[in-house]
Amino acid sequence: MIRLEKRPEPSRAWTWATPPLAVVLTMIAGGVLFAFLGKDPVIAIKTIFWDPILGEFAFYYRGQLLVKAAPLVMIAVGLALGFRAGVWNIGAEGQYIIGALCGGAVGLAFYPAEGWYIFPLMVIAGALGGWAWAMIPGLLRTKFHTNEILVSLLLVYVAEQLLAASALRWLKNPEGQGFPGSRNLAQYPAGSNPELIAGTGMHLGIVAAFIAVIFAYVLLNRHMTGFHIRLAGQAPRAARFSGVNPARLVLFCFGVSGALAGLAGLFEVAGPAGQISIDFNTGYGFTAIIVAFLGRLHPVGILLAGLLMALTYIGGEAAQSTMGLPAAAIQAFQGMLLFFLLAVDVLTNYRVRLSRGQA
Amino acid sequence: MDLSVINPALLIASLMVASTPILLAALGELICEKSGVLNLGVEGMMITGAICGFAVAVETGSPLLGFLGAALGGAVLALLFAVLTQVLLANQVASGLALTLFGLGISALIGQGYRGVKPPPTGRIDLGPLSDIPVLGRVLFSHDWVVYFGLALVVAIWAFLKFSRAGLVLRAVGESAEAAHALGYKVVRIRIAAILFGGACSGLGGAYLSLIRVPQWTDGMTAGAGWIALAIVVFGSWRPGRVLVGAYLFGGLTVLQLNLQAAQLPVPVEVLSMSPFVLTIVVLVIISARRRGASGAAPAMLGRIFHASS
Amino acid sequence: MQRRTLLGTAAALTMLATGALAQSDGPLKVGFVYVGPVGDGGWTYEHDQARQAVEAEFGDKVETMYQESVPEGADAERVLTQMALSGAKLIFTTSFGYMDPTVNVAAKFPDVKFEHATGYKRADNIGTYSARFYEGRAIQGHIAGKLTKTNKVGYIGSFPIPEVIRGINSAYIHAKKANPDVTFNVVWAYTWFDPAKEADAATALIEQGNDVILQHTDSTAPQAAAEKAGNVYTFGQASDMAEYKPAPRVSSIIDNWAPYYIERVAAVMDGTWESDDTWGGIDSGMVGIGEITDAVPADVKAEALALKDRIASGEYHPFTGPLKKQDGSDWLAEGETADDGTLLGMDFYVEGLTGEIPN
Repeated sequence: MIRLEKRPEPSRAWTWATPPLAVVLTMIAGGVLFAFLGKDPVIAIKTIFWDPILGEFAFYYRGQLLVKAAPLVMIAVGLALGFRAGVWNIGAEGQYIIGALCGGAVGLAFYPAEGWYIFPLMVIAGALGGWAWAMIPGLLRTKFHTNEILVSLLLVYVAEQLLAASALRWLKNPEGQGFPGSRNLAQYPAGSNPELIAGTGMHLGIVAAFIAVIFAYVLLNRHMTGFHIRLAGQAPRAARFSGVNPARLVLFCFGVSGALAGLAGLFEVAGPAGQISIDFNTGYGFTAIIVAFLGRLHPVGILLAGLLMALTYIGGEAAQSTMGLPAAAIQAFQGMLLFFLLAVDVLTNYRVRLSRGQA
Repeated sequence: MDLSVINPALLIASLMVASTPILLAALGELICEKSGVLNLGVEGMMITGAICGFAVAVETGSPLLGFLGAALGGAVLALLFAVLTQVLLANQVASGLALTLFGLGISALIGQGYRGVKPPPTGRIDLGPLSDIPVLGRVLFSHDWVVYFGLALVVAIWAFLKFSRAGLVLRAVGESAEAAHALGYKVVRIRIAAILFGGACSGLGGAYLSLIRVPQWTDGMTAGAGWIALAIVVFGSWRPGRVLVGAYLFGGLTVLQLNLQAAQLPVPVEVLSMSPFVLTIVVLVIISARRRGASGAAPAMLGRIFHASS
Repeated sequence: MQRRTLLGTAAALTMLATGALAQSDGPLKVGFVYVGPVGDGGWTYEHDQARQAVEAEFGDKVETMYQESVPEGADAERVLTQMALSGAKLIFTTSFGYMDPTVNVAAKFPDVKFEHATGYKRADNIGTYSARFYEGRAIQGHIAGKLTKTNKVGYIGSFPIPEVIRGINSAYIHAKKANPDVTFNVVWAYTWFDPAKEADAATALIEQGNDVILQHTDSTAPQAAAEKAGNVYTFGQASDMAEYKPAPRVSSIIDNWAPYYIERVAAVMDGTWESDDTWGGIDSGMVGIGEITDAVPADVKAEALALKDRIASGEYHPFTGPLKKQDGSDWLAEGETADDGTLLGMDFYVEGLTGEIPN
């Protein structure tokens, strides 16, 4: 009989060894899937994992990895704070949309004026927008004990309608020949978030994501609030005795994660995406939840998890277009990778024992 | 604008149909969460059920077998989740989200050969003279069997949780796994069973979309219904009766907003489109403000990993 | 032409450094970027059918690559770049939202040709194309006006973009001509893709007495709702939806991109490709009219076919004056036809339509 025995401390060795193990397992299982679909599994795996980093066109992909990972990391870092404290913000997608809308609207309001102050104002508006949208579930939870999972999730759909309305009505490009979508912010120098070094994809949002990681790391490890967050998650009652104000903590977690999601939205809309369109949001807010857990709710872990996630997106795209793999196969492959990452984590926290006794 | 064109009896009849997929999925998730397991993979299990049911129904020509296949398909996917979270003790939130991603992918792969195919029809149950009663006949006695099955399931789950010993054990596992374990109940096995039941119900809900409500197979056709089902469970504060109310409220608002649009009500479309979500939030706030602590109704162990140390 | 080739060569040399010309010999690589899954049974499905037609036509001489479900915005730009880098010489971008990404990427790859669907921005290496679906809508409108007994026609729109509004206007004008008492009830689904919502919208319309349903959404859900209700007629959209023949589906508009794609691929092969704006209608076969079934009375069918022939021959334009806008202001004088510019950005209803366009 195999049984699991909880380790007193998570194993350091396994903490580092499990992610590569999971990747290897995914390669095997994914290879079987690809072979089943009639594609060469070795080439497919190489296209997904190797080519974007070290392949022929890696000079382009490496930057794109950062572009794709930045919003994921930024949102996930904020969410992880809440998840640690037992505050469930599932609606980062909505906060991401509202941040982009608010920030974008400020930029468009100034159009076509020039000025150094415009972009900073957009950044502030983006953060505020995300913050305000997150405050709705936060305040409802603290004032009325309304379940925050439900409210934050439903607000995503409300935000999507606001986005559609903005793209079709008040933010519509007056020179867009009647088509929905705002002016392209990337073509408005004062309001754009351009590449810092041409051709690298590197933009301010990526810098901001790194700062967010450092900020969260310091907060969690060096600051009283970080201690309160961890305490509230692990032992809510003890937290209350030691003077943690639960309502304030809920609002803090929602506020930070909302503001970060809003910022991610703003950097995306002003940079890579360029315009507010009906389909502006592409699920970063939901994927970030996975990233947060894959990174074990640790800021550095989240950074790595975000990069890995981005790699499967970009490598997956390459496998689709060069090998004709259906998008669905890539989705299933990503699901597998997550399964294996989550599954092998058991080795970090538990010891596998063979025993004769009953489990 | 002419609101008199909206026929309340027809409206109620359609909302019952519109709500059935989310009702079925929500009931399954309710059982799952009662055992202390939060499975966010409802969307993935629904879509897998939708294609499994569709494929089986098309191949065998029998919608009934299709629904059985859907339940099986949903349960198989749920089994993956069960192994991850109960055997390998993985995080439930992340596993559930991964399940959704995987389900969307795998369903599209299975469904490649089923595009543009028409499934065998599922008829309305002929209730003879009952269906001819004015108004009531249209509302209550003119549906397909799945609608009635959904309603019966509400009653069955209510009775199961309230009166049966097994229901009591299930709740105990969700409230305090340690205590249940100490009393000699097999916590992990009970939870796996609950997860599988949840998967089967989600699968049925998905198949209702692909076999009756739409009916066709297209990639990603559940379009977020699974998330709504999750929200409805919380909305119903883990009680089957309230879950029914929540599903009907949400389905009703969706149908109503389209009816108001069709009747040319001069309200911006975006406002109408977001109204089901906003009103659901408002109702929830009112409920939770009146009875302080609606979230207190959640099973105490919800989302927590259980590992028997002894 | 000489000059263009020369410029092309110079550009190609600069691109050599990036490896874009890695495979200049061998088959012509053609890329396709899709907004939905190829299994959507509608818009993207038909584009993919045309891709397969290109492969069938040219055999070994072409190699096609495609990418499904590409979000409009930053992801589209990356996918396009990646296709260009891996040697595609001609890329079809099949959704309006790819306009700015196409323009950006095209500027970086002057020797790659781009074909953007339903947009209006062109460059030396970007051509645009679209289909005059409103011609098909005119025929549907005529049949609808004749078939309705309640004089109420339901119309399910996706989003209020010019394309959809054009269709509503065209259908209404011709329904009104066939039946002066007809009214249109438009429901906006506010989604490109949600079969369940389409089913609900159709049911709502049918229950309010609309006995002909037109749809500008891709699923067959409205057809099924009509079949269930009985005595309601529908039209196939994007693809033929033949499984609902002979009723409720009485005819259809079929997107047929194959002839155009084959023509453009051939043009690139023999070096005659030039940027232009193609707007194909019934005459070019880009807009196909599916079989009009026997559920339509013989005389109505004959009228519809006559209308089709007159449109195809260019004798009749569906937007021919006198026409007024919804607010009563004059639009087209007697005998005047609408210019393509107005049609492209159409954001108003014609006189007689009730309700407001959300914009």
